[in-house]
Amino acid sequence: MQANTTSQAVPQTVRGARTSRRALLWRELKRNKHHYVLLSPYMLLFFMFTVLPVAFSLLLSFFYFNMLEFPRFVGWQNYSRLLLNDDVFMIALKNTFLFAVITGPVSYIACFVFAWIINELSPKVRAFMTLVFYAPSISGNVYFIWLIFFSGDAYGYLNGFLLKYGFILAPVQWLTTEKYILPIIMIVQLWLSLGTSFLAFIAGLQTVDRTLIEAGAVDGIKNRWQELWFITLPSMRPQLLFGAVMQITASFAVADISISLAGFPSVNYAGHTIVTHLMDYGTIRFEMGYASAIATVLFGIMLGTNMLTQKLLRKVGE
Amino acid sequence: MGLRALTHFRLSRKINRSLTVSFLLFLLLAVFGIFMALPLIFAVSNAFKPLDELFIFPPRFMVSNPTWDNFLDLAALMGNSWVPLSRYIANTLLITIVGTAGHILLASAAAYPLAKYRFPGSRALFTIVVLSLMFSAQVTAIPNYMVMSWLGWINTQWSLIVPALAFPLGLFLMKQFIEQLPDALLEAAKIDGAGEYRIYWSIVMPNVKPAWLTLLILQFPMLWGSDGGSFIYSENLKTLHYALGQIALGGIARTGVGAAVALILMVVPITLFIISQSSVIQTMATSGMKD
Repeated sequence: MQANTTSQAVPQTVRGARTSRRALLWRELKRNKHHYVLLSPYMLLFFMFTVLPVAFSLLLSFFYFNMLEFPRFVGWQNYSRLLLNDDVFMIALKNTFLFAVITGPVSYIACFVFAWIINELSPKVRAFMTLVFYAPSISGNVYFIWLIFFSGDAYGYLNGFLLKYGFILAPVQWLTTEKYILPIIMIVQLWLSLGTSFLAFIAGLQTVDRTLIEAGAVDGIKNRWQELWFITLPSMRPQLLFGAVMQITASFAVADISISLAGFPSVNYAGHTIVTHLMDYGTIRFEMGYASAIATVLFGIMLGTNMLTQKLLRKVGE
Repeated sequence: MGLRALTHFRLSRKINRSLTVSFLLFLLLAVFGIFMALPLIFAVSNAFKPLDELFIFPPRFMVSNPTWDNFLDLAALMGNSWVPLSRYIANTLLITIVGTAGHILLASAAAYPLAKYRFPGSRALFTIVVLSLMFSAQVTAIPNYMVMSWLGWINTQWSLIVPALAFPLGLFLMKQFIEQLPDALLEAAKIDGAGEYRIYWSIVMPNVKPAWLTLLILQFPMLWGSDGGSFIYSENLKTLHYALGQIALGGIARTGVGAAVALILMVVPITLFIISQSSVIQTMATSGMKD
């Protein structure tokens, strides 16, 4: 194939070069036709349900559209309203950033630290502990178990416990008191968040080259912290990058937990996030253009944060 | 030989591990392990509590007189519903099985050329897939609904199954895993005269079984837990999760049945993970993002 390419690509004139390049591309396409055939079913669906909707959402964010009338172009109006005139969006934005700043990094570090400790255990115990930490994230949407923990009456477990030992005299309405809502959602979110990245870390730790650790010990690495910083973390950089993407995306997308714990809308919007705001306008008020503007802002924030984090993490151990 | 035995011996003993720190770390692990496991243990124990234990004050954590009452109540409730329970189960199974199997098939078919060949557009396509890992599905929820309604798929199971076939995470993991299959394996097949489809089907697919299970364990709970979202409104097309969720929403009177529901919903994905754990870990080792 290499020889073929060079013999073809000898240009006589500019025009000749262009046609031969086109012919070359055509040949390449033809030569790889089986690969395109294999790719096409997945890519067709992927474009239809992921790429096209993103583009469509971007476009729609410049229109007023209520699903009944024909869309009307309004320029930047949706964005100016969203960013300047929507107080509830500001609450949603603040809450979402709190999730991103607190649960994002905490869950990421937790995924790594627990994977790292679990990795020291014998294989049987390791498998068991992996299950214990991973199970919440796949146990369906059973976080309504937490509703019983934080239930506002005396049968709620937390209330029951606190009443019994005299910390409080009357049951606390955990899920309808503004100041408790966000922390509770965060706790439940953290409980659920040891998912795909946790598995990636468990797996990555098992593939760290043992001889590197041996060599490090000979070269004067004295304790596990040095080993972690100088050997383990740098050898796991690809998994660390992957895990970061998973955790960041998840921490910006909190919605279901907020809705099932604190209700929709929550008291004084205490548990409101960008995604619940999006649902409000998209599925209740049918202001599709406005909802698309919210989606576009969220898309920008998620992508931007992920790219920035990737840049930073590539520096680990350099 | 002696040297090798010596290094082997050193390998089996941990290097650079102080006992105190180990103890403290394992203690930390144990404490958080309990935090992780408690709600699940509690869910199991609650499902077997008789009525008087569910409403005891102060609440008791573990069940003392386990009973199947809650499950019998659930069966009785479902027996009286307009749509029989078996229908909800069949709906969920259809979505989950077709969605998961189709996803594995399509994602691996697309992953094989992306992992092993360079051709015009291959880099760009993979980059787009990686980028799409960086935002969540909610971003596209609204246009997705419109796409579905143009296709006429609203209120059909296609609206849940078909988008699930093309989730990006599966393709990403599959591609990373196929990448580390030895090229010699594919070359040998090519010399023997196998075409690309043949290689995909009889060489690549059998060799990436661990990755199948990984895609399964990531896709399955998502579809299993699907409540139909905004796409499905006919009662006879609703999923098990939706039906059981409705019962659990019955409030105080349904506390026991709700607990039974929670147990049923979580037992299936967790069992699957227990079965497939070692394959999943093997695949995830290749999950990293390269520079």
